[in-house]
Amino acid sequence: MAKLLRGFGCAAVVGACLVFAGGQVIGQTVTYKAPRLGDGKANINGIWQAMNTANWDIETHQAAAGPILALGAIGAMPGGWGVVEGELPYKPEALAKRNENRANRLKLDPEVKCYLPGVPRDIYMPYPFQIVQSQKYVMLAHEYAGAVRTIYMDNHVEAPAESWMGWSNGHWEGDTLVVDTTGFNDSTWFDRSGNYHSDALHVVERFTPRSAETLTYEATIEDPKVFTRPWKMSMPLYRRVERAAELMEFKCIEFVEDLMYGDVRKPTRP
Amino acid sequence: MTHRLLVTGSGLSVLIAAAWLSATPVSGQSPAGPAAAAKPYKTPRTVDGQPDLQGIWTNQTYTPLQRPANVTKEFYTLDEVLAAEKRAAVREAAVSTPGTTGDVHYSGSEFGLDKSQGTLARSLRTSLIFDPPSGRLPPLSAEGEKRAAAFAEMRKKLGRFDAAQNNELDDRCITTTNAGPPMLPYAYNSNYQIVQAPGYVMILVEMMHHIRMIPLEDRARPPQSVVALTGVSRGRWEGETLVVETTNLNPTTVFGGIDLDAPLDRPAPFRGVSDKLKVTEWFTRIDAESISYKFKVEDPTTWSAPWSAELPMKQTIGPLFEHACHEGNFGLYNTLRGARAEEEKAAAGEKKPN
Repeated sequence: MAKLLRGFGCAAVVGACLVFAGGQVIGQTVTYKAPRLGDGKANINGIWQAMNTANWDIETHQAAAGPILALGAIGAMPGGWGVVEGELPYKPEALAKRNENRANRLKLDPEVKCYLPGVPRDIYMPYPFQIVQSQKYVMLAHEYAGAVRTIYMDNHVEAPAESWMGWSNGHWEGDTLVVDTTGFNDSTWFDRSGNYHSDALHVVERFTPRSAETLTYEATIEDPKVFTRPWKMSMPLYRRVERAAELMEFKCIEFVEDLMYGDVRKPTRP
Repeated sequence: MTHRLLVTGSGLSVLIAAAWLSATPVSGQSPAGPAAAAKPYKTPRTVDGQPDLQGIWTNQTYTPLQRPANVTKEFYTLDEVLAAEKRAAVREAAVSTPGTTGDVHYSGSEFGLDKSQGTLARSLRTSLIFDPPSGRLPPLSAEGEKRAAAFAEMRKKLGRFDAAQNNELDDRCITTTNAGPPMLPYAYNSNYQIVQAPGYVMILVEMMHHIRMIPLEDRARPPQSVVALTGVSRGRWEGETLVVETTNLNPTTVFGGIDLDAPLDRPAPFRGVSDKLKVTEWFTRIDAESISYKFKVEDPTTWSAPWSAELPMKQTIGPLFEHACHEGNFGLYNTLRGARAEEEKAAAGEKKPN
């Protein structure tokens, strides 16, 4: 695994390297030198957002009607290149479950219920997130559901309990923030198309500055209960450069209460 | 006992707070001043030169927001506070007596951490409010009275068990008093993680994983009609002190639904403030393990005067764990389901006269 990861990371020393994002190739100039923080580390603070359709489907997909008739074109899925390298290496029985998830996504997708998004889905949901970078912790603060991850930069320990967002230990490899996350439950998905994982999920992410306004995000997914081998995804992340950019409140619990508790609501009498 | 499942953590704390008050010596002591004036503490700096407030903190306290009616002094002595803490610990343990309602819910001392088991942010104050000097909230303005009465009337019409939305914000896993602002202790888990980066102070509130993101510049604020649970905050450094001004607070949810006349952490239907509410907070590190947290609440259309309070934040051990409350909120669903079942049972009884 370690070998695989080393091979995946771009050489930070010379030349340019290419990162595959599905059918796309992201040209990456590694000569970019990120500004420094007071501790000499690359400064990746800021409000970032993916600009792709991965939250709909991490694999390459064509546009399609949405699951709710009334939403019309608003609820339709835009087409998009996948963010994964090649086909997802599902075990046969796991692929069957993915297809079942997909058929029942309106009922089963945890996003519908405003549940915590898990990893790496938190990174490419259609909401901004903010990196708050200190020496002991790098925080990922998400607009969606107020989800938050603490990346422990020192004092690395094993996940003390399973959780929705996992337990993240981080370190710097040159200008790349490398985050190793374990301790997941099996309740989150990768996208709205039913792609899923088990509680054996292990995610290694790499955040690399590629220009003043972009990061390259790469994730290696390992889950021997669901997949036959580790697989990778990658995408650029874009800085929200608007002067007024800030995380707005999206505490979506209020928006799903009628959906989740409607069947036990007191019936209104005519 | 119909609704005993709804004896929440916050309900538990009401018992504890009430016990604290009744057990606290109330008179016959000479007024004691605050702790002797400490040497000015030189706050360490972050790598970008901000005074460093980072760490894991708690504001867990027994001190009520408002001074109890039978207390006249501003401060207790340390001995009085220590003795009262001991009594509170005994009472907290007693909450889990077999056969009691508290035991049906859960034992805080076994499955959670009662206040007496965690780090306490001890204050000698008899109330968190220090202005007005009475230690109590200023009277409501005429408009505030009217709004509060209308709100109370509305609450009466809403059956708590009729719909999820009629329940308190903590039962719904939306927020607690911990997030504020002002940030007030809750029944348990009153823990905070402060992280600083250039241009920002982030406060992660453990309960409901609430994020307060405070930009350190006086940016434009959205129109008053755009509100949020924790409002819109703008911060600045004044010497060693972080000053945060918050507006755009959601008037229906502000204070996490706290009843300002009830024991501190009881969520209850005081939602009578207006959208003109402004909260100013001052965070000053006073030693290696403590932050002084002061705040001022202004809403001229609600209270006849601003009011201010102070409570310490004390360093405690981490880490903060993920508080995925909504994801496991079976209690709310089952409570509503139970209420519907009771209604069905009653209706069936009515239909069966013979």
